[in-house]
Amino acid sequence: MSVKTLQIDGKMITGSDGDSIFTVAWEHGIHIPRLCHIGGISDVGACRLCLVEVEGQRRLQASCLTPVQEGMVVHTDTERLRAQRKLIVELLMAERNHVCAVCVANGACELQDLAMRLGVDHVRVRYRFPSLPVDLTHERFGMDHNRCILCTRCVRVCDEVEGAHTWDVAGRGAGCRVITDMGQPWGQSDTCTSCGKCVQVCPTGALFSKGKTVAEMEKDRGFLKYIVTAREKGQWIG
Amino acid sequence: MDRLGSKPRLATIWLGGCSGCHMSFLDLDERLIDLAGRVELVASPISDYKDFPHADITLVEGAVANEEHLTHVREVRKKTRILISFGDCAITGNVTALRNAFRVDDVLNRAYRETAAVVVGIPSGNHVVPKLLPRVRPVHEVVHVDYYLPGCPPPADAIWQLVLELLDGQQPAGDVRRFG
Ligand code: SF4
Ligand code: SF4
Ligand code: SF4
Ligand code: FES
Repeated sequence: MSVKTLQIDGKMITGSDGDSIFTVAWEHGIHIPRLCHIGGISDVGACRLCLVEVEGQRRLQASCLTPVQEGMVVHTDTERLRAQRKLIVELLMAERNHVCAVCVANGACELQDLAMRLGVDHVRVRYRFPSLPVDLTHERFGMDHNRCILCTRCVRVCDEVEGAHTWDVAGRGAGCRVITDMGQPWGQSDTCTSCGKCVQVCPTGALFSKGKTVAEMEKDRGFLKYIVTAREKGQWIG
Repeated sequence: MDRLGSKPRLATIWLGGCSGCHMSFLDLDERLIDLAGRVELVASPISDYKDFPHADITLVEGAVANEEHLTHVREVRKKTRILISFGDCAITGNVTALRNAFRVDDVLNRAYRETAAVVVGIPSGNHVVPKLLPRVRPVHEVVHVDYYLPGCPPPADAIWQLVLELLDGQQPAGDVRRFG
């Protein structure tokens, strides 16, 4: 495998050909923020939090989708990027109803943590306060559209790892939602195997196990690494 | 940052919130004694006043949920040098704004007719209880806010840090606590 040498935040770094800037940066301790990326499944560039500046390119690049190239000079933490990321988080919070104090994921939520890390102490855009449903028809799990950020991690893990493809995305713009099967209630899905992978990868309180109340829903993402290692190396090791 | 006088005037007000932020303020415990020596407390939810007095610093708990909150917070803003949005209800609307997904009439009917054992009418805008606004609003949507203290409630240590920084005339460090 050929190796590429590039500069990220002033550090000379090498990465394998085909790896994304995001992956190579994280391997070297540079933790670019992200919400839709999760190791072990494909990347789609849905959240735009991983945007970086690449010298010589005017537009910001989603680092999870941009492969490393020889001689690239990348900046991951500039004033401009911090401002962009802050605004993205504020837009996510304003788009649905995020009431952390009464959320199952309070204290264990990637959106909430990121807001804190980026210094979001209030939201400058107007909250939309949409009226959204909660699907509690599944025997073991619940789906609360109020907390969904449309990262599509659930869609990808269910398709790529579980092979069920229960989840998909329907609608456009403000009407965009994740759906189960052809839009039936989750509990009536013919494809869902009740494996729970979507619940574990969901970064927010949108997908949760039933019976969990405020601040009780902690996710366990360890399984993903385990399965991916098994696939790639043919070994069941963690 | 402007220096405040030798005994700055501190006020706290309570709009649409559960008073949890004020409870957290009381959790300053023995630090309240230090604070009492350094400020003059000119208004609080348990003090009587007809007109809001002039204040150097005002902590605003709660969201703007009814007409009285709206007029009150506007007057407070005019008479306050440094206004702090105090806690998640003030900053995001939080639990107080859960009703925003519904129409006000539906919310009132639900609470005072459909689920009431004895129906005595709807207490909103009847000259005793102020009328609910169509939509609960965060404080910074209606008046200018100088600083934000997130949390439900904000921890006492966070309150103390910000208040001390302001009293010492320092630019607040801006360590952000998480929502919730
Ligand atoms: S999903 Fe996260 S950000 Fe949204 S309300 Fe729950 S804890 Fe807060
Ligand atoms: S529980 Fe498993 S099969 Fe069912 S929707 Fe989630 S990931 Fe897909
Ligand atoms: S339900 Fe969770 S994992 Fe699925 S798109 Fe929404 S936030 Fe992402
Ligand atoms: S992590 Fe790259 S766009 Fe979401």
